[in-house]
Amino acid sequence: MASYETFDYDVLIIGAGGAGLRAAIEAATGDLKVGLVCKSLLGKAHTVMAEGGVAAALANVDERDSWRAHFADTMRGGQYLSNARMAELHAKESPDRVRELEAWGALFDRTQDGSILQRNFGGHQYPRLAHVGDRTGLEMIRALQDHGIHQGIEVHMENTITTLLKTGDRVSGAFGYEREKGRFKIFSAKAIVLATGGVGKAYKITSNSWEYTGDGHSLAYHAGAELIDMEFVQFHPTGMVWPPSVRGILVTEGVRGEGGILTNSEGNRFMFDDIPELYVNQTADSTEEGWLYTQGDREARRPPELLTRDHVARCIVREVHEGRGSPHGGVFLDIAWIKEKIPNAQEHIRRKLPSMYHQFKELADIDITEEPMEVGPTTHYIMGGIRVDADTQMTCVPGLFAAGECAAGLHGANRLGGNSLSDLLVFGKRAGEYAAQFAEENGAVPLEDSSVEEIAQHVLKPFDNPEGGENPYQIQSELQDKMQELVGIARSQESLTQALEEVQTLREKAENVHSIGNREYNSGWHTALDLDCLITVSEAIALAALERRASIGAHSRDDFPEKEEQGAGKYNTIVHKTEDNTMAIRREPVPELTEEYEQIIEEMG
Amino acid sequence: MDKATFRIWRGDANEADFVDYETEVSEGMVVLDAVHRIQAEQANDLAVRWNCKAGKCGSCSAEVNGNPKLMCMTRLNDIPLDQPVTVEPMRAFPLIKDLVTDVSWNFKVKEKMKPFTPRPPDAEDGTWRMEQEDIDHVQEFRKCIECFLCQDVCHVLREHHLHDEFIGPRFFVYAASLEMHPIDTENRLEELKDLDGIGYCNITKCCTNVCPEHITITDNAIIPLKERVVDQFYDPIKKLFRVFGG
Ligand SMILES: Cc1cc2nc3c(=O)[nH]c(=O)nc-3n(C[C@H](O)[C@H](O)[C@H](O)COP(=O)(O)OP(=O)(O)OC[C@H]3O[C@@H](n4cnc5c(N)ncnc54)[C@H](O)[C@@H]3O)c2cc1C
Ligand code: SF4
Ligand code: SF4
Ligand code: FES
Repeated sequence: MASYETFDYDVLIIGAGGAGLRAAIEAATGDLKVGLVCKSLLGKAHTVMAEGGVAAALANVDERDSWRAHFADTMRGGQYLSNARMAELHAKESPDRVRELEAWGALFDRTQDGSILQRNFGGHQYPRLAHVGDRTGLEMIRALQDHGIHQGIEVHMENTITTLLKTGDRVSGAFGYEREKGRFKIFSAKAIVLATGGVGKAYKITSNSWEYTGDGHSLAYHAGAELIDMEFVQFHPTGMVWPPSVRGILVTEGVRGEGGILTNSEGNRFMFDDIPELYVNQTADSTEEGWLYTQGDREARRPPELLTRDHVARCIVREVHEGRGSPHGGVFLDIAWIKEKIPNAQEHIRRKLPSMYHQFKELADIDITEEPMEVGPTTHYIMGGIRVDADTQMTCVPGLFAAGECAAGLHGANRLGGNSLSDLLVFGKRAGEYAAQFAEENGAVPLEDSSVEEIAQHVLKPFDNPEGGENPYQIQSELQDKMQELVGIARSQESLTQALEEVQTLREKAENVHSIGNREYNSGWHTALDLDCLITVSEAIALAALERRASIGAHSRDDFPEKEEQGAGKYNTIVHKTEDNTMAIRREPVPELTEEYEQIIEEMG
Repeated sequence: MDKATFRIWRGDANEADFVDYETEVSEGMVVLDAVHRIQAEQANDLAVRWNCKAGKCGSCSAEVNGNPKLMCMTRLNDIPLDQPVTVEPMRAFPLIKDLVTDVSWNFKVKEKMKPFTPRPPDAEDGTWRMEQEDIDHVQEFRKCIECFLCQDVCHVLREHHLHDEFIGPRFFVYAASLEMHPIDTENRLEELKDLDGIGYCNITKCCTNVCPEHITITDNAIIPLKERVVDQFYDPIKKLFRVFGG
């Protein structure tokens, strides 16, 4: 018999990034007992890395902004595959969620009149991103953390959940281990919120950390929830490309928001060469107009560098493929050029983009106030994820909720920058609120002991496997290579079919991973356990990518360049687990937009 | 490819020692990359914390050749590779395993401090008006990534182990961010003097020197807080005023 500690909660939150913390704070407003589990230390989740800002139509900088404009921008950015109700709630509620952070101690940069300053970002018609230099995520997670620790939430840091427990149809708890000693913990809960973030570790070149192994996606999938639109993985156009050890680290879109331009080896601003139809009316037709836009000229239209991320990433890949790349296989991102335009440019850049300045200075010996950066696409975010109800964030499994990056619906085929941080706040709060309500309305369900023993055995298997078995890091690295190569920016029937086979092979290999050492803070063992999730989400991404025979948003098929498959209409792809434990996929049409929504979109141009 | 030797602290609270690992090094690598390569190829169970690999999360603190550093921001071309590079955990905190230490004390300290308490909103929509120049210095403090390197070097903690009487530089920075926050109404000076041990700090500035976020901990946070404490509790004229002023 394995031994374990047990904990009882009304609401258990898995994940302590922006979404999890906001959910926990909300769930704890009554007198419910709330537990919060996270893999790293508190305050280190991905949210801390977010740079550019949080999108909210506060209209502090441009009074023409409104929730309707934000709604329309989000829908357009998502190529109209987003859940419109979520886009509405998000646009309407994000201003309050941002203001509320100030009541908890956050200090955003200010406008002249002392209110929250907002900056331009790709796909947003008006300056909309509240920010603190380029360290907005740090400000956000710290404000939530410092407020959260006084709300009576019990925090389990450096604990990993490996399995959700169900009793009948309902979710009833979770099984996990603590990293320090490797001991098991069982959490029983009336309601559970997944807020585990993304899947970036499935790829070689990524801005994401070791934590992003798709745990929430996989937990939900195995518990019977559905995953939608998993093919939409966002490749952020600007990651570092040199030196090799920092390849993939993010270069915030804020650089372009502040006037940074993209050029190729011929010195050409190639983004002007290809402007998608959906955006022609909103895009500058001269470099001067683009510059004026970044400086707040309200009559000017945005420079093409600030088109949506999917498009910018593809243009960069095109330049590199056609031989116009930079020395290390990227393109140039130049912010230093603004010294032609403004006095004190160097100081201005260091003040507006302090962490970019340091990042390049310290990691690449590049002074961004003097010379251009080299950048190229990096795996950044997943639009797809756990399917939830728009209002409550509940999955199809009673008592199981999801919010933040691991949930899906808001971003459709492509996410706009800044719309994630706001997503976390709006839907984190909603998930916390409705999970609490669910817990209040439904009593506790007893855990079924029999499954626990089996889970424990599975978790310990890497130690029991014979010595000389597979090295977990090796398998992870092979998977990343395959996903990068076969399920990256350019995909085809052939590459995706091959990817599914490779994933299968790696799944079999992973069965034999061997962990050396003991259970105490054993990174190799943890990596071995994360493989389960990583392989599950990789399969889901490849399967969904194979199903969508079109090139739309972040998903590009070489063999289907058209935006829509003939006669197929708009649909979401839905991955779920069948009774015989295999992964199945189906399509569901995207519901027709209501007249009201149609009208807003039309009105907002 | 060139090779270099990394002398890494291995073991747990009961028993630990340096172990040498030789690994390949290439252009642009940081210490964390080398540690990861060793972990992946030679020591799967090596314990190390990291998240962002870009100096933003404050997870990968360690002592490299004896200097408190973020491993992800310490480039190999800044250290001599002709001799072994030592990589040790932070020494001011109890060892869990290898490079991972028990930093939970820091989280407990913060929980005990008086939280942010804003004045009523200035505007009807529940917001406040603040000038950028009034928040510049608080934003400096809020850059803190909680790497705890400053705690690691402060002799009051590292050598004198006064963890029960002294909150350490990180939390003076935190206290300063609250005390100087333009809309906060709480007063934390009594705690700073009596419970938090600000008097133990003798302004050696070791904390400021290691802060990867370049926060001027001593000059901008600790000294002004010390002055406020003196003003409130020791300044005889002010004290007199308080007695008569009620
Ligand atoms: C470098 C970078 C910059 C970005 N910049 C921006 C930006 O400017 N604007 C914007 O809107 N978005 C930005 N994003 C995206 C945004 O930061 C993320 O999408 C968002 O922070 C995700 O938040 P979350 O709360 O969903 O998850 P996270 O903050 O990633 O938190 C996930 C949590 O779940 C925990 N967890 C995961 N698995 C388990 C498990 N099995 N058991 C227990 N706990 C688990 C983790 O430990 C962690 O606490 C950026 C992302 C990156 C990487
Ligand atoms: S200045 Fe004070 S707080 Fe900082 S290291 Fe020296 S004694 Fe410690
Ligand atoms: S003040 Fe500086 S050194 Fe101290 S914890 Fe914060 S970032 Fe680290
Ligand atoms: S890994 Fe985040 S600071 Fe080093």
